[in-house]
Amino acid sequence: MHSEIDNKYVIFKLNKEYYGVPINQVISIERMQKFTRIPNGPHYVKGVINLRGEVIPIIDLRDKLNMEIKEVDNNSRIIIVSNEDIVAGLIVDSSSEVLEISRENVDKPPNTAENDYMEYIYGIGKSDEKLIILLDLSRILEY
Amino acid sequence: MDLDINQYIDVFVEEAREHLQNMNDVLLELEKNSSNLELVNEIFRVAHTIKGMSGTMGFNNMANLTHEMENVLQAARSNEISINEEVVDILFECFDALDSSVNSIIEGGKESQDSNDSLIEKLWKILNKDQSNKLDGKSRSESCKLNEYTEEIIYKASMEGLNAFEIDIKLSETCMLKSARAFIIFNTLESFGEIIYSNPSVEDIEDEKFKLEFSVILITQLEKDMVFKELNQISEIESITIDHLEKGKVAAAVTAEENVEIKLESTESSNEENHKTEKNIQNRSGKVGKTVRVDIDRLDNLMNLVSELIIIKTRMDDLSGSNNGENMSEAIEYLERITTNLHDAVMKVRMVPIERVFNRFPRMVRDLAKELDKEIDLQMSGEETEVDRTVIDEIGDPLIHLIRNSIDHGIEIPSERLEHGKPEQGTVVLKSYPDGNNVVIEVEDDGKGIDYNKVKKKAIQKGIVTEREADTLSNEEIIRLLFAPGFSTSDKISDISGRGVGLDVVKSKIESINGTIEVESEPYKGTKFIIRIPLTLAIIQALLVKLDEEIFAIPLSSINEITNVDSSNIRDIQGQEIVLYRGKTLPIIRLNEILGTKPRDDNEELIVVIVRKGDKQAGLIVDNLLGQQEIVIKSLGKYLSGVKYLSGATILGNGNISLILDINSLI
Repeated sequence: MHSEIDNKYVIFKLNKEYYGVPINQVISIERMQKFTRIPNGPHYVKGVINLRGEVIPIIDLRDKLNMEIKEVDNNSRIIIVSNEDIVAGLIVDSSSEVLEISRENVDKPPNTAENDYMEYIYGIGKSDEKLIILLDLSRILEY
Repeated sequence: MDLDINQYIDVFVEEAREHLQNMNDVLLELEKNSSNLELVNEIFRVAHTIKGMSGTMGFNNMANLTHEMENVLQAARSNEISINEEVVDILFECFDALDSSVNSIIEGGKESQDSNDSLIEKLWKILNKDQSNKLDGKSRSESCKLNEYTEEIIYKASMEGLNAFEIDIKLSETCMLKSARAFIIFNTLESFGEIIYSNPSVEDIEDEKFKLEFSVILITQLEKDMVFKELNQISEIESITIDHLEKGKVAAAVTAEENVEIKLESTESSNEENHKTEKNIQNRSGKVGKTVRVDIDRLDNLMNLVSELIIIKTRMDDLSGSNNGENMSEAIEYLERITTNLHDAVMKVRMVPIERVFNRFPRMVRDLAKELDKEIDLQMSGEETEVDRTVIDEIGDPLIHLIRNSIDHGIEIPSERLEHGKPEQGTVVLKSYPDGNNVVIEVEDDGKGIDYNKVKKKAIQKGIVTEREADTLSNEEIIRLLFAPGFSTSDKISDISGRGVGLDVVKSKIESINGTIEVESEPYKGTKFIIRIPLTLAIIQALLVKLDEEIFAIPLSSINEITNVDSSNIRDIQGQEIVLYRGKTLPIIRLNEILGTKPRDDNEELIVVIVRKGDKQAGLIVDNLLGQQEIVIKSLGKYLSGVKYLSGATILGNGNISLILDINSLI
C-alpha cells in the first residue's frame, strides 16, 4: 500500500518537458486565479491567493527554475503542494496525469551541474517512452 | 511495545502543568502556614497524581521523584516529621525538577535525563533513612515473608502433588507501562494455576506502587521449566528467578542449586524495541502543540451557533430562487447576528484567564525576596481577567521583567524603608482588569520611585542624550529614557536585573502585540507600570487604503490621525522628506515607493496617514482611503515570513486578499 502511493507522481508540463511531484505532497490542482502581489517578496513569488480561506503563496516555477517566463494561458494550472509545514502553489504550463513510476525506473540526476536548476531535481523517472523530471519539493519550498 | 504514547503527551503536559501549578500554590501557602496538615495532604495528593501520570507515560525519573516526595509527605502527615523551612525548600527544589522535566517534555517529548539522585538523597535525609541502602534502587526485593495461612496452602498443595514456586520477576528498566506488563505476567501465571501470594500486593502492583521487581507464589501442576519457558515469552522482563517451595518451609533459605536465574535473551531485543520508541518520541515534530482547555458550555454555545448558520443557509438557498428582496434582507440581518455571535463565541473559546501568567509570580517573588534580603508582599488581583491565548504567551516575559525591576530597583532594603517611615515589608501589586477592548495590567510597587537625576546622569553617560539636552527634559521625557535601548540604572549588576536586557525589550515586546506601556512614578512613594494590551490578536480594526489598484490594511491601533498635506510643504532634508506638522517635523514615507506601486499623477493635496511606533511618528502617503473595517489577521505563512514591511494578510469581503502593513518595520 505504502509503496504504491509513494511511487505515484502528478505529472505536469513546463517548457515542453514533463515534470513530476510525489502525489502525497500534492494538495490540489487549481485553475489560474487573481493574485495579490507581494511587494518586496522574492521575484519568483507571483503573489498570494485565497484558497478556501487560507493565504497561499504562489511560485512561478519557470522563474524559480530560471527558465524563460511565459504568460499564463488557459492551460496554466496551479499545483498546490506541501512540504513539512509549508504550503505553496506552483504555476505550471499544464497538468496532465498521474503516473506510477517504480523506484527502479528513477535514475539519479546527471551530475553535470551546467544548469542551476539541477539542485531542485531529485531524479529522472522513466515511464513508457517519456522522461519525467522529478522535483525535490523540499528544495523548491526552501525559504 | 507498539503502544503509541505520543498522542497522550499533549494531555499529559497540560495536566501535569495544572497539577504542578497547584503544587506550587500550596507549597507557597505551606511555607506561610507550615502546621496546616490540610495543605500537606493536598501536596501529597498532587504528588501522587503526578506519580501515576508520569509512571503511565514512562517518565520514570519524574515518577521516582514524586514517589520519594510522597514518602516525606506521608511522614509529615502522620506527624513523624515536622514541616520546617528546610523541608519546604527541598520540596520547592523537587517542584523545580519536576517543572523542568515537564518543560523538557514539551520541547523534545522526553523528560530530563537527570534522575535527581541528590534531591532524592535530601528527601531521605529528612526521613533519616539509611541512604546507602536504597540509593542504588536495585536491592533485590525482600524474599516473601510467608504467613501461616500461605504456608498452610503450600503444604496442602504439596500433599496433592502440586508444585509451589516463588517467582521473582524483575522488569526491564525501559518498561513503559509497568502495571500493564505485570498484569500480563499475572494473567499468564494464573493460566497455569493459582497465585496465592504476591509482594507487593496486587493492588499496589495495579497502582504501579512498585519499582521493577515483584514476587509471587504460584501453585501449579506444571514443572519449573515450563513456567519459566512461558514467562520467558513475555517481553520487557529483565530477569526471572523461580524457587521451588517445599512443604511450607520458608523459601528464602532455598539453596543455590535450586535457583535458576537466567538473563533473558529477549532483553536485548526488547531493549532495541524500546530504543525505537524513544526515537519515535524524539522524532515527533519537536514541540508539543499548544492546547486550550475550553469550558464545555462555550463549546455548546458554539455548536448552537453553527446549527443556526446551517438553518440560515438553507433559508437563503430557498430565497435565492425567488426575488423577494424583503425576505432576503431579513435573512441577511439574521445572518449578521449569527456571525457576530459566532465571532464572540470563538473569541471566548480562545480566551484564558490571565491567572495562567500570574500564578508563577508568587514563587518568583518569594525567591527574589530571599535572595535580596528584602521583605515583599505580592498582592494580586483580577487573575480571572481573560485574554487571548496568544497574548498569554507573549505577556509573561515582560511582566517577569517588570516585577524583577520593582523588587530589585524599586523596593528598598528594610533598613532604608524604616528610615523613610515605611513598613519594613515592601508591597508589589499586580492588578489586571478589562477596559473596553483592552486588558490593563498594572505592576505597582511602594519603593523609592524613579530617581530622575540618576536616570539623567545615566543617559548622558550612556550617550543616549547630551548634557544640554538633559537639562531641558521634562519628567515624562526622562521616564521615556528608561525605555531607550541599552539603558539600566542599577549600580550593581545583579543576577536579577541588569543583564543587558532593558525596559526597551519589554516595550518592544508589548508593542509587538499591539499593546502600550506607561509609567507613573513618585519619588519615595513608588512606581507604577501600566500595560494595555488588546483582548485579541486575531481580529483587529484596520484602515484600508488604496495604492494604485492595490488595497492595503493599516492597523488602527498604530494610526494617530489622517490629514491632508500640500505637496509644496514637503521639504527634502538630506534625502529624507519631512513636513512641518503641528509644530513638529514629521518624516514622510511614500508608500508607493516602498511597495512598488505606480505613483499617482502629481497632485497638490496628498493624503497622509500619521502612524506611530512608540514615540516616533511618520506620515504615510497613500493614494486613497477606503475606510475602517474589522479584519481577521491571517499569517502569510513560513514561506513568506521574511518579507519586509508586511505583518500578515486578510481576506476581504469579495474574497480578495489584502496585505497588512507592519508599521513597526516601516518607521
